[in-house]
Amino acid sequence: MALLEVNNLNVYYGVIHALKDVSFHVDKGEIVALIGANGAGKTTTLHTLSGLLHPQSGSILYKGEEITKVPGHKIVSMGMAQVPEGRRVFADLTVEQNLRLGAFTRKDKAETGETLDKIYQKFPRLKERQKQVSGTLSGGEQQMLAMGRALMSHPDILLMDEPSMGLSPIMVNEIFSIIDEVHKEGTTVLLVEQNAKKALGIADRAYVLETGRITMEGKAADLLNNTAIQKAYLGE
Amino acid sequence: MISFLTSLVNGLSLGGIYAIIALGYTMVYGIAKMLNFAHGDFIMVGCYIIFTAVSTMGLSPAVGIIASIILCTLLGVATEAVAYRPLRHAASPLAVLITAIGVSYLLENLALLIFGADAKSFTSVVKWSGITLFGGQLHIQGVTIITIIVSLLVLVLLQSYIHGTKNGQAMLAVAQDQGAATLMGIDVNKTISLTFAIGSGLAAVAGALLCSAYPTLTPYTGAMPGIKAFVAAVLGGIGSVPGAMIGGLVLGIIEILAKTYISSQLSDAIVFGILVVVLLFKPTGLLGKITQEKV
Repeated sequence: MALLEVNNLNVYYGVIHALKDVSFHVDKGEIVALIGANGAGKTTTLHTLSGLLHPQSGSILYKGEEITKVPGHKIVSMGMAQVPEGRRVFADLTVEQNLRLGAFTRKDKAETGETLDKIYQKFPRLKERQKQVSGTLSGGEQQMLAMGRALMSHPDILLMDEPSMGLSPIMVNEIFSIIDEVHKEGTTVLLVEQNAKKALGIADRAYVLETGRITMEGKAADLLNNTAIQKAYLGE
Repeated sequence: MISFLTSLVNGLSLGGIYAIIALGYTMVYGIAKMLNFAHGDFIMVGCYIIFTAVSTMGLSPAVGIIASIILCTLLGVATEAVAYRPLRHAASPLAVLITAIGVSYLLENLALLIFGADAKSFTSVVKWSGITLFGGQLHIQGVTIITIIVSLLVLVLLQSYIHGTKNGQAMLAVAQDQGAATLMGIDVNKTISLTFAIGSGLAAVAGALLCSAYPTLTPYTGAMPGIKAFVAAVLGGIGSVPGAMIGGLVLGIIEILAKTYISSQLSDAIVFGILVVVLLFKPTGLLGKITQEKV
């Protein structure tokens, strides 16, 4: 059984048909990449999974349970956390306040404290800046904060939306090695990226989204060698 | 000198009332991103509830105040759920603003229907006569002192609630980014309801103090203090809790000093003139922050 299974999802923004019969699945322990150009519907897909948008038709099964109509604020406590596009850290709040908000649905205070220590071990830069207002962090640090914040909820699956956006190549490498590390620790990852090369480099499998439709899917390694993909997304 | 001190104390007291009202305005604006122009009328509703409980039904002022706080809180939550929430994602932010003005007229006219247009004489809920200083030259009324104390208490409690509790943190998160707050597992609707509950409960407190200091009650009692408190919130930097407090106090003091030393007819003109001047030089208000885009 797939951890996450999406069947024939149709999402509209007003009259715009943003997702057309989108189906895909993510198995436990995988890194699955969703690649595609700007406006292909990648962020819409993640927003729908997290309950920020609701589909007109289709179903989302998570751990075998239908979550299509579950309100957004109930998703994270089911084990699905998202690192949104553009990080969306709470800019006026400190690093630590942001991280603690990530554990908003966790009841056990002592456990939250331990998790916070673990996050600080994983991201020493955040520890150095724990009292700093997060709007003053660099883009890479904000990306780390957004990841740390999502991990505070102990997710089974992490949805990552364009983690490389606006970052320097060195920072992109650092972020991707953290994704790899989080994955090795047992978290399943659904990765949305415009940077197809990086995404396919780390993923087990991938789907290609074009104007709201899945047009191709396969093993990440095979897609990397596919000439159509190379032409369209890898700039070769 | 004594007359100046008297004005200053009275200004602090009036300012304290404005501040409590402004806190409701600023919290709702900061968190729900809307201007609840009916907020002033919640004050009036609260005053009529106390009036009915105390003068008509003969209950004690304490019971009247508690009933007023509870009913105003419910009114605020219900108004948000019925009138404002369905419009939260409306195409134009004007829709909810116009609705708020509609709610304001609805409440005023309901009060007119139920209680009539004639002014009711409100019995002060503060029985303490106050203190006399400087060998009888300066008398400060009990309600004045109580108002100042209550407004400071409200500020302290509110700040510790916002910064010290999970619900408070949820409010800060919702104020900044409703989508990201949802991703944290925060129920945005519940948080906004809670904000309206607090703001409306504070309006009831402000009403009790306002009508105790200025005991004439009509269906329009809340309108002008509501607008002044809105000015106070903007002056202090709308969305900022300490800003609302400072804006309220500054406004109250200026209004009373203008009444005493310049002209009681001109005092409102001066108050609103100051708003214009402050906004010309500091458009975000005294404590409002200038939003900087980080590249």
